Amino acid sequence: MNAGKGDVDEVLVALADPMRRRVLDALSAHPQATATALAEKLPVTRQAIVKHLSVLEQAGLVEARKHGREVQFAVRPERLASTAQWMHGVAAAWDERLSAIKRLAEKR
Amino acid sequence: MVEDRIEREVVVAAPRERVWEIITQAEHVGKWFGESAEVDLRPGGTIVLRWEKHGTVYGTIEKIEEPHFFSYRWNPGIFGEKPSTESSTLVEFTLTPQGRQTRLRVVETGFSRLPRDESERAEQFKDNTEGWAHELGELQQYVEQLPV
Repeated sequence: MNAGKGDVDEVLVALADPMRRRVLDALSAHPQATATALAEKLPVTRQAIVKHLSVLEQAGLVEARKHGREVQFAVRPERLASTAQWMHGVAAAWDERLSAIKRLAEKR
Repeated sequence: MVEDRIEREVVVAAPRERVWEIITQAEHVGKWFGESAEVDLRPGGTIVLRWEKHGTVYGTIEKIEEPHFFSYRWNPGIFGEKPSTESSTLVEFTLTPQGRQTRLRVVETGFSRLPRDESERAEQFKDNTEGWAHELGELQQYVEQLPV
């Protein structure tokens, strides 16, 4: 396991920025897009897009591929799915605790 | 989309004061959270949750506004550590009356600040979840044997 890279923390930090979410959305809608193509679809500069893509790549959410002289990007859904699953587990634990609180409170 | 926040709620057929007791008094907390608990009920006070098999988890109380708001920080699944503000999640309970019932909401935030790698955390979380299943089984037996 590559500690510190592409883990839950990084995914959550990467997704905390609304523009990075939009970059990820745009990339899902337009697979294999370049930074230039994404900049045309979003209200930020190409330079800003490159920075966002770098954070997303660091978190394991997107993958860069060289295609001739271009760099194309694609979404990697695995990391997103595993983070969602982890959060789902935490939520389920709270559901169980809340049920136990309910049972205790309603017992007379 | 994945968010750094968990929000769950339940409606309890009991007055708010009763629900407040269950979430703040050690005697009750030790039944729904941990196998035994200590609660030093004041801002900055410590919550201690003990599991015989897994160890002890510590939390630090942030805010107490009886009977509607209670919050603390803890390190979910980390045993034997005092929480610090840098490496803990914030758990907030809000109690709202709803007719004769009480709406209890819990919000936990700050997972992205927990300094651990995923495999380690998944392992700890699994341990924690197993602890829960075990504990809930015991709780149910305890509840069922009580005279109604």
